[in-house]
Amino acid sequence: MLDLVIFYFFAILAVSSAILVVASRNAVHSAIFLVASLLSTAGIFLSLHAEFLFVVQVILYAGGIMVLFVFVIMLVNLDVALHQVQFNRHWLVASLLALVLGAEVAGALLVSRQGLITVVPAPAQMLEPNTERIASTLFRTYMLPFEVASILLLVAMIGAVVMSKKKV
Amino acid sequence: MNLSAIVAAVLAWPYLWPLVFVLVIVLVLPLVAGYIVLVERKVMADMQVRLGPMRVGPHGLLQPIADAVKLLLKEDIIPESADKAIFWGAPLVSVTAAMLALAAIPIGPFFQIADLNIGLLYVLGISALGIFGIVFGGWASNSHYSLLGALRSAAQLLSYETSAGLAIVSALLLAGTLSMRGIVQVQDDEGVWLIFAAPIGFFIYLVASIAETNRAPFDMPEAESELVAGYMTEYSGFRWALYFLAEYTNMIVVSAIATTLFLGGWLRPFAGTSLFNFLDFFPPLSLLGVAVYCLYRAPKQPVAVQKMFMVGVSGLCAVVALILAAPLLAPSGSFLAGAKDGLHGGFWFLLKVSTYIYVFMWLRFTFPRYRFDQLMRLGWQFLVPLSIANVMGVAGALVLHRQFGWGRVPSFGLSVIFTLAVAAYLLTVGENPPHTREGKEEEIAGNA
Repeated sequence: MLDLVIFYFFAILAVSSAILVVASRNAVHSAIFLVASLLSTAGIFLSLHAEFLFVVQVILYAGGIMVLFVFVIMLVNLDVALHQVQFNRHWLVASLLALVLGAEVAGALLVSRQGLITVVPAPAQMLEPNTERIASTLFRTYMLPFEVASILLLVAMIGAVVMSKKKV
Repeated sequence: MNLSAIVAAVLAWPYLWPLVFVLVIVLVLPLVAGYIVLVERKVMADMQVRLGPMRVGPHGLLQPIADAVKLLLKEDIIPESADKAIFWGAPLVSVTAAMLALAAIPIGPFFQIADLNIGLLYVLGISALGIFGIVFGGWASNSHYSLLGALRSAAQLLSYETSAGLAIVSALLLAGTLSMRGIVQVQDDEGVWLIFAAPIGFFIYLVASIAETNRAPFDMPEAESELVAGYMTEYSGFRWALYFLAEYTNMIVVSAIATTLFLGGWLRPFAGTSLFNFLDFFPPLSLLGVAVYCLYRAPKQPVAVQKMFMVGVSGLCAVVALILAAPLLAPSGSFLAGAKDGLHGGFWFLLKVSTYIYVFMWLRFTFPRYRFDQLMRLGWQFLVPLSIANVMGVAGALVLHRQFGWGRVPSFGLSVIFTLAVAAYLLTVGENPPHTREGKEEEIAGNA
């Protein structure tokens, strides 16, 4: 019961602040709502006993990426943005797509209700040291994909450095 | 249901002690922060051959109370063109983040709100959120000084968090756990504090933690000679006090992290050696010394109230000394003797944290402030490469120690020599560019 209350609290917070990210006119306000949304998602992770994901969400998204976002937003001239048209004319297409997505989610829920997809909750003690679990999965089972991903990131980083240099 | 049953039920409630600890921390922290400010002013005065605050209470001991009352009664000014809601809420974000971070820190083996298995990451993540309070507060003030201070703060935090994080990684490699309690227990089992295994990691963390708490010589976000007061220029009264509280709480948090990770947490020096058991007498005796000194100074105070206050302080110290002495005097095996670790652990932990904070002050009054480009160069061109080398060195030492069976001293000695060599290389290679006027700072100022 308490789990459900916590889940709905964070879920409503996450969704409503996500809507406000798009709806607010001021870019800094949007950034604040984005932080709120990310933190509520972190809260949902925590209520699912995924502590490591919670911390990663807080450190990387809320603490790292959002600080960079805010840093850039504050350098932008906000007065210009205030006078621009906020929503463009693609709302028809967008609402159609939203409808399709909604139908998809509803369909998935319906299918899972009927028992085609069975979700077995993991036993509580399975979740306990979950940092170690993630580490052993990442570095044993998925060693190669992990390394490939990190090389991809390294390439992107070097690319950014090269592109920002005037002379290579 | 009689009274004893209720008491038993309350005592058995798992959230009882955490709740008590939360209350203690929330109530005591503002006082502690206030007294750290007083100590800072006294240390500053001492280093500059002055007396510092002397008027309120004996030797200015009541100054923090007076300051708090003054700040509470001051008018709360919100600038006309400020973004009201954000201006109002930003200091709260800073304070809340700083206080939440204290939840996972073990002040002694007993006094800890929650021992999370991701403890250290939790502390780092939550305390990093405090930056939003600074950035949004600076932006909402709608003032150039505030905005510049906020931007500097964000840039500085991002730059130094990298090296601080890598320094912490080097200690985590040695500890093998993220739980704050587990880290201290590892140091207890191994019989050595991690500072001796990774001294350069400690050094990097020391520098980076000063930069992260925005303190001199890295206090660019509030450089008063350039930015009036940086991000809190427009703040007054209690909101300003909240920023101050957040800053000092953050100092306590980084000191607590450093203490737990590198300085053995609540462990006594030489905790495993029975030859040094006489050090157990240090906590009660040192406090007894303070009590006696206060009593000795009491008659020399000019006013009767001040005399009484000195006697009161003396009594308080004596009581704490008695509490600390009780486990030593009690017969072994009794409940009190078992409480020794809890009580003495708290003492040693707080002693180490205070020492670390003292080093902060010492550095603040010794070094002049960095220029912003110097700050960035130090962060990215020296500390980050050095911390990467340090992680590699520590990892190599662990391989030598665990896989090849080398002793601890040669393997970790080798890693320190390796890291020092890298440091020397970085110092010789990183040439100082000529003094140009096109630093990062000017770019920001031009755009803002």
